[in-house]
Order: sequence, then structure tokens, then C-alpha cells
Amino acid sequence: MLELDGIQAAYGAAPVLHGVSFSVARGEILCLLGRNGAGKTSTMKAIMGLLPLTAGTIRLDGEEISRLPAHEVPKRGIGYIPQGRRLFSELTVAENLEVGLMVRGHGAETRARVLTMFPRLRERFRQRAGTLSGGEQQMLATARALCIEPSVLLLDEPTEGLQPSMIDLIRDVITGMKAENVAVALVEQRVDAVLAIADRVAFLENGRIRDVLDADVLRADHSLVERYVGV
Amino acid sequence: MDFGPYLFLASLEGAVTAAVLALTAAGLSLVFGIMRVVNVAHGEFFMLGAVIAWWVASLAGGHPAVGFVLALVIAPLIVAAIAALADFLVLKRVQYDPERTIVATIGLLYIIQQTVLMTYGPEARPVEAPFNHRIYFPWFGYSTYKFFVIGAAIALLLGLWLVMTRTRLGIVLRATQLDRETALAFAIPVERVYALTFGLGAGLAALGAVLVVPIQQAHYLMGGDPLLLSFIVVIIGGLGSLAGTVVAAVLIGMSDGIISVFFSPTLAKIIATLAVALVLVFRPQGLFGKAAR
Repeated sequence: MLELDGIQAAYGAAPVLHGVSFSVARGEILCLLGRNGAGKTSTMKAIMGLLPLTAGTIRLDGEEISRLPAHEVPKRGIGYIPQGRRLFSELTVAENLEVGLMVRGHGAETRARVLTMFPRLRERFRQRAGTLSGGEQQMLATARALCIEPSVLLLDEPTEGLQPSMIDLIRDVITGMKAENVAVALVEQRVDAVLAIADRVAFLENGRIRDVLDADVLRADHSLVERYVGV
Repeated sequence: MDFGPYLFLASLEGAVTAAVLALTAAGLSLVFGIMRVVNVAHGEFFMLGAVIAWWVASLAGGHPAVGFVLALVIAPLIVAAIAALADFLVLKRVQYDPERTIVATIGLLYIIQQTVLMTYGPEARPVEAPFNHRIYFPWFGYSTYKFFVIGAAIALLLGLWLVMTRTRLGIVLRATQLDRETALAFAIPVERVYALTFGLGAGLAALGAVLVVPIQQAHYLMGGDPLLLSFIVVIIGGLGSLAGTVVAAVLIGMSDGIISVFFSPTLAKIIATLAVALVLVFRPQGLFGKAAR
């Protein structure tokens, strides 16, 4: 279980998070919703140790991962799919996957399993990541994170700029991970893209959690979403 | 001697310069590419390589080849260790900030230079070449050791290229160069990679120096020219591009050799510096560099 407890963080002198708390259990999909600049991406970066905390703690199965240096965090089994994919563009598809595999010393078996989810990547195996199409790049970013064999998966706007067929594929992968008992934290702008698959939704506003609601409640009363996100 | 053989001799001299320069500049290019650090102390790591080579060779005794081979292994390792320590003690503390690293490495330059002056002294000392046969062309004889320098530099650069493109270490180094933050998010220990890169860059300069010291002698001020020429090569080749660095080293080394033989070494430096100015005006990203995205 991933638990955030009152985390605060700042970019230099500018505070971005003012006490964010939530938890994600194994086999659960938690969606973070909020307007631009609410602190969704900052929360993700804080979990990965890329944004130093000024207060609060982050625990994974009881271990305080916010004390670890950033490069130790993924070794605890956290797979990160950053906003804008952030592939190593000059590296080939194979090399990008290798970066993921090296995190926890996984090998050909894991790679084969991940590639069955994204057969297209097998065709592009020796191609430079920067030459892939947008959809293929998102597949690769996802595959790279899955090569960690994560127990927690963080996705930051994975459907941004994708065609509907690609969005379906990403959604299938996310529900597949849930079925494998992975804890999933998902940042999204598009409410309808997540409401169907999320278990709970956390609303983030100005670096604070306004509310955490069961997705069932939101599905039943859509006006709540409009009140929080204002769409 | 006719013009033809004369040009041949000048080209050989140029090739030796190019070989050593390619190694030294590859180190500078690696450090800039991966760490975005402009290492002004790079020439001093070169000098340190030569001085340590003399020290190792004079302690070793016996056949000159024994001392030379020992120096070729030990000197780059010691220099790399010193550089990695400097990264840990100095560059990491200034958070690799571009301006502050320039000032910091200028400081490093003087510390290394003056320490060598106080311990090794102001003399220029030679290391005996491991072998010194001569090949006799119809017009002149030429040392086989110089051919060895060219061959060794090619082999080392080929090795570096294989490491960068074919190994996991190469993937880690290139991933760090491309996106430091995402590298961290995939468990790449960026701080350690930086220390390693700084050590590797300095070690390459030291290798170049060990190769050249049987021809040139070790002296505490010998780091100036390699630094200037390495910067010229790295700027012309394109910052962070290894292939560009090697091509530019061959261009600059050959022209330096040839112009030095026919005219004067000073004119060679003037022309090389002019070439940099022209590259900066007309193709700021360098011949092989990619334009900023």
C-alpha cells in the first residue's frame, strides 16, 4: 500500500504542495483529478523522490520511501510513466526497455511478457524511440515502466493526445495491472477517460486534497465532478 | 627533400597530434555531453597523466617497456580517481551549476598545476619509449613508436565507442545524458554516473598524455595546448558528439601538424582558432551537433 501523509513540497521558494494525503491499496485504481497547476504532476514527482519534501512522509508497505535517495525509490517496485512520456529519444526501443529491466534485474522473460502486451514495439525493436509515433511512444513509456515488474504504477496523463483506439489499449493495460494486484495512481484531465475504471477519485486543488470519493458516487451523480473540476 | 616527401612527413606528424588530440578531446566531450560541465581543468588532467607516467616509469626501472606499460595502466587510473574525487568534493557541492563549475574548475586547474610544480618541479622530464625502431622510407626514417601511438589511439577510441553503444554502462551513460530526471526515476544513480564520467573523461586525457610523453616530455605547464585544442575540437565537432569530436580532431590535428611543419606552430593555432570562430558564426551547434531543441 502506498500512503502519502501530509506531504508539502516547493520548487525553490514557490510552494506547490500544501499537505497532500491519500493512499492507494494493492489492486486499486486511484485517480487524481484537478485543474492545471493544482499539483498533480508535482505529487507524482514527489512520490518518485524527484521533488524534495519540506514536510510529510510517503510510505510503501510501511517503509518510509521519502527518506530514500531518488534512484532507490524505483527499486522498491514503483513504475513511473511521466507526463509527456520522457523517453530516452536517442536510444532504441530495446535500449529504453533495457533501462526499465535493469532497475530490478529482470531479464528476457519479463521483456517477452511486456512485449506480448505491445506487439507493435517488437516490430520497432531496433528503431530510435524518437522516431516512433505518439501512440507507439506511449506504449514504450508504459512498457518501460512495466519492465520493473512494479507493485505500484504511477501514470501521469497517459492518454494525452492519443487516438481513441490507443486510449482503449492503455485503459486495458491499467485494468490488467489492477487484476494483477498492482496499486495504480493515475493523473488525468479527462474525467470520462477515468471514471469508468477508477475505484476512487482524489480531487486536488491548489496543492491540497479537497476530497477523496468512491468512483461509484461520482458515476451516480456527475454534477459532483463538475463542482470540483469545473468542466 | 622534395615537396612530396616533406608533406608526407608533415602528415605523419599531424596524424600523431590528431591521435592524441582525439583521445583528449573525447574525454572533454564526454564530460560536457553527459554532465553539461565545461571542464577548464581538463588540460591539467592531461599534464597529471604525463607526470605520473614519468614517476611510474622512473620507479619501475628495468626495460623501458615495463615502465611504459605500467604507466599506461596506472597513470590513467590515478588521474581518474583524482577527478572522481574532485567531482565529489567540488562539482557536486556547487550542484553542477554551469557558471560555478567553470570557476571551480579554473581553481582546480591552478591547484593541480601548482601542486605539481611544488612536488615534481619545473623541469621537463622524458619517459623512454617502450621501443624505438625506425622505419626507413626512401627519404627519411620514422619512429615506429609514433605509429604505435596512432594505432593505440584508434584502438582506445574504438573501445570507447563499443562501450558507449554495446554495453549496459553505455546505455546508462547515454540515458543520463538525454534525461537526468527520468534516469533517476529508473534507478540510475546519477551522482555516481557523474563521478564516473568525470573520472573517465580525465582518464582519457591521461591516456593521451602517457602515449605522448615519450615524444614530448612531462612538464607542469604542458596542459595549456591540449586544453585549447580540445575545446577547439569539441566546438567544431559539436558538443557531446563523439563522432564529431574524432572527425574534428583529425581535421585540426592534421592541419596543426602540416602547418607547423611548413610554417609555424603559432600560425597553426591561429588558423584553428579562426576555424572555431567561423563554426560558431555559421554553424553554432558544430559540424555533427544537433541544433538545440
